[in-house]
Amino acid sequence: MTGQPREWTVVCPLTCLDPGRGVAALVDGVQVALFRTTADLFAIDNRDPVTDTYVLSRGIVGSRGSVPTVASPLHKQAYDLRTGDCLDLPGVAVRWHEVRCRAGLVEVRLREEA
Amino acid sequence: MRKGRLVVVGNGMVGQRFVDALRDRDSNGQWRVTVLGEESRPAYDRVRLSALFDGVDPDELNLHTPDPQVRLRLGTSVTAIDRARRVVATTAGEYPYDALVLATGSSPFVPPIDGADLPGVFTYRTQDDLAAIRAHARGRRRGAVIGGGLLGLEAANALRLLGLATSVVEFAPRLMPMQVDTAGGALLRRYVEELGVACHLGVATSALHPGPDGSVAQLELADGGRVAADLVVVAAGIRPRDELARAADLPLGRQGGVLVDRTCRSADERIWAVGECAAVDGTCHGLVGPGYAMAETVADRLVGGAATVPNADTATKLKLLGVDVASFGDAHGTTPGCLDVTFTDPATRVYAKLVLSDDAQTLLGGVLVGDADAYPTLRASVGQALPAAPLALLAPAGAGTGAAALPGSTQVCSCNAVTRVDLDTAIAGGATDVPALKACTRAGTSCGSCVPMLRQLLDAAGVGQPRGLCEHFEVSRQELFDLIRIREIRTFSSLIAEYGRGAGCDICKPVVASILASLGTGHLLDGERASLQDTNDHFLANLQRDGSYSVVPRIPGGEITPEKLIVLGEVARDFALYTKITGGQRIDLLGARVEQLPQIWRRLVDAGFESGHAYGKALRTVKSCVGSTWCRYGVQDSVGLAIALELRYRGLRAPHKIKAAVSGCARECAEARGKDFGIIATDAGWNLYVGGNGGFRPRHADLFATDLTTEALVRLIDRFLMYYIRTADRLQRTAAWIEAMDGGLEHLSAVIVDDSLGLCAELDVAMARHVGSYSDEWRDVLKDPARLGRFTSFVNAPEVPDPSIRFTEERGQRVPAQAEETGSRQPVGLGLPQVRR
Ligand SMILES: Cc1cc2nc3c(=O)[nH]c(=O)nc-3n(C[C@H](O)[C@H](O)[C@H](O)COP(=O)(O)OP(=O)(O)OC[C@H]3O[C@@H](n4cnc5c(N)ncnc54)[C@H](O)[C@@H]3O)c2cc1C
Ligand code: SF4
Ligand code: FES
Repeated sequence: MTGQPREWTVVCPLTCLDPGRGVAALVDGVQVALFRTTADLFAIDNRDPVTDTYVLSRGIVGSRGSVPTVASPLHKQAYDLRTGDCLDLPGVAVRWHEVRCRAGLVEVRLREEA
Repeated sequence: MRKGRLVVVGNGMVGQRFVDALRDRDSNGQWRVTVLGEESRPAYDRVRLSALFDGVDPDELNLHTPDPQVRLRLGTSVTAIDRARRVVATTAGEYPYDALVLATGSSPFVPPIDGADLPGVFTYRTQDDLAAIRAHARGRRRGAVIGGGLLGLEAANALRLLGLATSVVEFAPRLMPMQVDTAGGALLRRYVEELGVACHLGVATSALHPGPDGSVAQLELADGGRVAADLVVVAAGIRPRDELARAADLPLGRQGGVLVDRTCRSADERIWAVGECAAVDGTCHGLVGPGYAMAETVADRLVGGAATVPNADTATKLKLLGVDVASFGDAHGTTPGCLDVTFTDPATRVYAKLVLSDDAQTLLGGVLVGDADAYPTLRASVGQALPAAPLALLAPAGAGTGAAALPGSTQVCSCNAVTRVDLDTAIAGGATDVPALKACTRAGTSCGSCVPMLRQLLDAAGVGQPRGLCEHFEVSRQELFDLIRIREIRTFSSLIAEYGRGAGCDICKPVVASILASLGTGHLLDGERASLQDTNDHFLANLQRDGSYSVVPRIPGGEITPEKLIVLGEVARDFALYTKITGGQRIDLLGARVEQLPQIWRRLVDAGFESGHAYGKALRTVKSCVGSTWCRYGVQDSVGLAIALELRYRGLRAPHKIKAAVSGCARECAEARGKDFGIIATDAGWNLYVGGNGGFRPRHADLFATDLTTEALVRLIDRFLMYYIRTADRLQRTAAWIEAMDGGLEHLSAVIVDDSLGLCAELDVAMARHVGSYSDEWRDVLKDPARLGRFTSFVNAPEVPDPSIRFTEERGQRVPAQAEETGSRQPVGLGLPQVRR
C-alpha cells in the first residue's frame, strides 16, 4: 500500500446497522468491522490480532468506563472502538479507520498502518 | 550409601498415608519401601465405605497412586515377625527390614454368641464384606444389626438402602453410647425409629438361630425376645490387630494394641505402629484423624525429624440416617467440677449440651443431636473462652455467631491443623473463595465440617460476598433475574437505564439475553435483543477457531433413523462439512460459513431436524443407553425416558450448559453420573443424581432421590432446573451451584421436595410455560427475512465468501488450514464491492 490519501467508499445504508452490533464490510479488499452505537459509528480492522481470525465484527459491543468497546468473540479481549487499542493486552492493537454517514449512507476511508 | 529397607505391614488408610508422607519427605531416596497388604485391593477410603451402597463406584474410594519407588504386594499376609533376624514372614516368603511399620488396623469384634458363624452373618469393615452383604441381601426381607454405635447405625442404614426391614440390637441403654448422653440418645432413637428401624436397647443378643436353609433366620435376645432376620451384621466394636506384635513378645496396651510412645515407636526401636493397631501411651483410637497424625509423625522420624503425635481429637460429626449427630471434647462431662448447659427443643427436635469448666468460662465439650450447624464453631472453641453466651451458641440460629468471633490461635480446621490466623493470612493474600482457601491452606479438605466456618471468615473479611455482575450492574445474576421477572422488564436498554450504568459488555449482555430467554419472552434474534447475544447465539451455531461455525442438530436420546442419518450425510457432503460424532450422542458438522448456515438449516429442517442448542447455554443432550428394549440387563426403557426428557427441556436457557443422561440399569453405560442430572433405572423406578459434570474439574453427581416413578422424577427435575435457572450465578454449573448453596444438597431437597420456601408451585408453572411455548429457533429464523438478513459475509458484498476461511484435507475431510497454508493470511483484493440498498 502506498502513501496516497485514500478515497471514501460507500458501504451500506445506515439502516443496515443495528445499534449495539457490528457487521463486516470489504473495503479495497480489506476486511473492516463496522459498528454502530447509540450515538456513533466506528470502523476497525475485522482481524482479531490475537488469533489471526477475521471475527471482530461479531463481538459484543459495550463500554468500559467511558470507552466504547467491542470484545473479541473468540477470547473476549476488549478493544477501544475509537483507537483500536486492546484494553486487556498491552501493546496489542488493531487499525482504526475513518467512518461517516452522508445522506443515509455509511462511508469508510481506510487509514494506513501507523 | 546403602538404602534402608522399610517394610510396611498393612495397606489400609493409615498405612497408605504413611507411605505418601514418607515419600514426600524422603527426597534423596534414603528408604526402599515394601508394602505388604492382606486385602486384594490397594488402600481405599474406608470411612466412605457405605457410599458403595449409594451407587458410588469402588474406584472412587481409591486412595492409592502407583509409585515406582514403592513395592506393593497385595493379597499377602504377614504371619510372623522375627525380631532377631529382622525379617517378616509372609504367605509368599520373607522380607528383611531395617525399619518395620505396623499399620494393621483393627478387626471387627464378634462376641462369642452361639450361631455367630452361621451363613448370613457378616461384619462391616472391608469392601469384600459389603459385596458379601449385598449378594446375600438379594431376595431377602429382614435384616438386623448387633450394635447401636456409630458403625452399627451406619450398617443399619445400609441394610435399609438394600431394601431390608431393619432392627438394631444394642446392649447399652441408648444408641451411640460412646458419643451421646442419655437425653441425646433418646432423641436419636425417636429419629431412627421414625425411619422404620426398630430399636431393641439395653439387651444383649444371646444366640442366632438358623432357618430351614441353614442360614441365619432369628436372633434370640437375653430377655427372651426374638427378632426375625435373614441377614445379620455384627457391629459390636473393633479390636486392634496386634497379633503379630503379641507373638513377637512386644509389649501391648492394657486393652490391646501395640504399645508405642508419642513418637509411635514400640519397645523395639526398629518397629513402629500407626493407626488403629497402635496404643499410643496405652490408648487406641478408632478414627482416621489420629491415625493420620501418627503416620505423619513416623514419616518425619524416619527422615531424622523430631515429631511427636499431638493429643488426639476424638470429635465426631456425622449424618446418620439423615440425623445430624455430633460430639466433641469432654462430651460426657468427666472433668471434675464441670457444668452442663443443655437445650432441648421438642418442636424442632433439637438436643444440645455444652460441658463448661467449673467457672462456666471455658468450653470443654458437648453433644448435638438433630442440628449440628454449631458444631464447627464449637469444636474449634474447645479449651477456649466461650465465643458467646451458651444459649446463643446452642439455639439453632446461634450457628451464625460463628467463626468471626474466634480468637486467632483457634484451630478452625482440626483435621489439618489450620488456625484462624492461617486462614486470615490466606484471605489477605488473595484467596477469595472456599476452593482457593482449601487449595492454599488444606483446610476443609478432609472431613469438610469446617467449610461453613471458612465461608464465615471470608464474609467477615468482606470478600467472597456475591459481587456485582460486572462494572455495569452492581447486582448478582440472581437479583437481576428477579428484577427482570418481577418488574417484567423486557429490554436491555430499559434495564440498564434503570438499574445499571454504561453501555453493557460481553458479560452482562448475554446474561440478560439468557434471562429473557429463560423467561420465555420471544425469539432471541428479535429487535434489540439480537445485539445482546454472543456470536454463537447470534448465528445459532458454534464459532470455531478459524471463524467458521459448526452445526449440531438435535438427536433426542441419541436415537436416529437411517433416513435421517442419510440426510445428515448428504448435507455434510454437499456443503463439504467435516463430520464428527460428539460425546453427547449426536453429530457435529463443522466448517460452515455464516452465509451457508441458513441453506444448511433449510435442508435439515425440511428433513425434520431442529436446533440442538449446542451454541447456547441451554439443555444440550440427554444421552441414553439402549436400555430394556435391547439390553439383556436393562430394567427400564432408558431411551424412551431420555427422549421424553430431551423434548421436554429442549431450548431451556440456563446460566450454563446443562447435560443429562439416562442409564437402563446400575451398570451405568450412559455415564449419567457425569451429568448435571443423571438418571439410573432401578427395579422399582428411577434414581435421580444431580450436580455432576465432566470437563476441567470432573465430578460425579450425588444421589438425590431413589426409586421414583416417572411422574415424580419429571416433577423433581422440573423444579431442580427452574430453581437452578433462577438462582445460579453466571456460568455456574449445577455442581458449583449446589456446592455454593448454604446447606448444599439438603437445602436443595428442602426447597424442591419439601417446598420449604413455598416456591414449588411457581417453579412448576414456569416449567409448564417453557414446555408449552417451545418452538424451534432455526425454523423461526428461516421463516423470517429480517432474521435471515443477518447471515451475510459482508454487508456490502454478500456474494463474496469470507476469503480468510481456508481449508486443507486431513484423513479424507476438510479441516481449517493452518497459518503456513494460508500464507500470512493477508486479505486478498477482490475489486470494488457493491453497495447494497
Ligand atoms: C464403615 C466404616 C465407617 C467409618 N467411618 C469413620 C468416620 O466417619 N470417621 C473416622 O474417623 N473413622 C471412620 N472409620 C474408621 C476408619 O476407617 C479407620 O480408623 C481407619 O481405616 C484406620 O486405618 P488403618 O490403616 O489403621 O486400618 P485399616 O484401614 O483397617 O487398614 C489396615 C489394613 O491392614 C491389613 N492387615 C492387617 N493385618 C495384616 C497382616 N498381618 N498382613 C498384611 N496386611 C494386614 C488389613 O487387611 C487392612 O487392609 C470407619 C470405619 C468403617 C468400617
Ligand atoms: S446401563 Fe444397563 S441397561 Fe443400559 S446398556 Fe448398560 S447394562 Fe444395558
Ligand atoms: S475440620 Fe475436617 S476438614 Fe477441616
